[in-house]
Amino acid sequence: MDQYVPAAVSILFHGLAYAMILYVISVGLSVTMGLMGFANLAHGVFAMAGGYLTVSFMNPLGLDFVSALVVAVLAVAAISVVLERFLYVRLYEASEIEQVLFTIGLIFMAIAVAKFIWGPLPQHLPLPGVLHSQIEMMGRSFPTYRAFIIVIGMLIAFGLWAGIERTSFGARIRASVDNRRMARSVGIDTDRLFTFTFALGSGLAAFGGGVGAEIMAIHPGYPVEHLVYFLIVVAVGGMGSVRGPFVAALLLGVSDTACKYLLPELGAFFIYVALFAALLWRPAGLFGRA
Amino acid sequence: MLGSFALRRLFPPSRAPTTSPVEYMVRSHRLRWPELLPWVVVIACYQGFPSYLALGSQVMIMVLFALSLDLIMGYAGIVTLGHAAFFGVGAYSAGLLAVHGWGEPISALAVAAVVAGLLGIVTGAVILRTHGLTLLMLTLAVVSMLSEAANKAGSITGGADGLQGITLSPLLGLFRFDMFGRTAYIYCAVVLLLAWAFMRVLVHSPFGRSLTGVRENLPRMHAIGAPVHRRLVTAYAISAALAGVAGALQAQTTQFVGLNVISFDLSGAVLIMLILGGVGRLYGAFIGAPIYLIAQDMLSRLDPVYWFFWVGLLLVVVVLFARGGILGLFDALRRRIVR
Repeated sequence: MDQYVPAAVSILFHGLAYAMILYVISVGLSVTMGLMGFANLAHGVFAMAGGYLTVSFMNPLGLDFVSALVVAVLAVAAISVVLERFLYVRLYEASEIEQVLFTIGLIFMAIAVAKFIWGPLPQHLPLPGVLHSQIEMMGRSFPTYRAFIIVIGMLIAFGLWAGIERTSFGARIRASVDNRRMARSVGIDTDRLFTFTFALGSGLAAFGGGVGAEIMAIHPGYPVEHLVYFLIVVAVGGMGSVRGPFVAALLLGVSDTACKYLLPELGAFFIYVALFAALLWRPAGLFGRA
Repeated sequence: MLGSFALRRLFPPSRAPTTSPVEYMVRSHRLRWPELLPWVVVIACYQGFPSYLALGSQVMIMVLFALSLDLIMGYAGIVTLGHAAFFGVGAYSAGLLAVHGWGEPISALAVAAVVAGLLGIVTGAVILRTHGLTLLMLTLAVVSMLSEAANKAGSITGGADGLQGITLSPLLGLFRFDMFGRTAYIYCAVVLLLAWAFMRVLVHSPFGRSLTGVRENLPRMHAIGAPVHRRLVTAYAISAALAGVAGALQAQTTQFVGLNVISFDLSGAVLIMLILGGVGRLYGAFIGAPIYLIAQDMLSRLDPVYWFFWVGLLLVVVVLFARGGILGLFDALRRRIVR
């Protein structure tokens, strides 16, 4: 019995940290997909951009970790607004296949640009000394970096929940997700709402990419490598909610870590089987409304 | 959609006299001369570029693969990111048969078609109950699952090293697969010709028309009592079988099966080829696949990074400005000249 407890604690801890990053990156995708029904496969590009910019602001430009992260998040959010206003907006009424292809095109271009500027190797995030240490708890030590990510993730999840459920802005988002036409007819400017949500979602993705750069390494293949996982979080959680992706990210993060730790010879096979089963059982996601 | 339909009802194009639906269908099925152009090119390339026959075979295999995708995506409107699952299963079926002593190529092709088709029926029956993002995710889940399985079952598939040691007996017992790829080229061309003829009959048949109906107006197809789910699964299985044949051809002509035959990347690439040529036109595959592969061959020799950038830009431009692909542009041009 005693030998299993440390393994379980370790899996839970690492799984939680991974889940929080997945959540922070994917939640924006969930809300924008629910709002506009836009299949934005290029969401991971914003996370990658956040990671690259954070590293670059720190290393050649000499900012500290927190301010580099903040500047990177703001920059990515600004870029995303430009993309949304000039390109995405043309495809809201287009068919799914066109949205998928368009965003795959964006991914390819982003990969090429990233490789051109930063080269093919993964980027190293120089963490501040505080995050390098270990926290001693119950006779075991946990890396501070991952504990920090778990705390940050929980805070963001709570903040988003409060923002969506307790503010009038959140009420407008919920109204638009439920029924865009009706929301528009009662005077909600859904277009502006969407632009703002899109920027917020991209900024969160950039934050997740930057903060999680030591867990999900930043390299040019990033948007494709993790695409399936982001989509799993959205599809299993149910589009347009902030609670669904949280639960889905927890399930995915912990079970993926457990699979890789306990059954490395099976790899991610179980995850795909579980995804398949989950989507057949609840096609609109665990918390989605059909 | 409704608006343009109503407009067409109000202002029928002057050049097309009103005909009965049957006449329209028969006329659109009649063979026109440009449809023979691909075959002229196939023969001309055999004579003109004898040192590029391997690339030629590869192009024809991808044309066949894209053609199979056109049936479900262009005609039935099923968006899939996992079509390489069937290509890969076909490739591994043919490859494993050859490695274990069944070197006869044509029967292996048939086995690959059956295996991929069965997989199409099983997965299609399940995943085609959903639509939209869920369907997209499920197709992605299927290909990821199989890819992971092929990767981990290294003792059977060779894993990341690939399946090696494929040896084929002579085609029809007469023609050996030579090192210049002449036999392989003709073999691929004949298989593609047969598949094209089959697809052409299929999409102009009532079955093919009903698929278009499902794509254009699902509620109405339900309302007139069409067995929508069964039609979609049938189309999915046929498409899967054709993709399996393409995969088997690839395994046989290159005598190697790598993990990339069953990847998300290949699913994406074939999608791009089809979009580039034009979806739902039967000939998009014949235009898109060669252009994509030849451009890749030339550009990636310069630098694979730039290749990615240009493909991405091309996709964005096609989606924003040329939704019918190259064939769509061609149609628009012709309409402008005729007017």
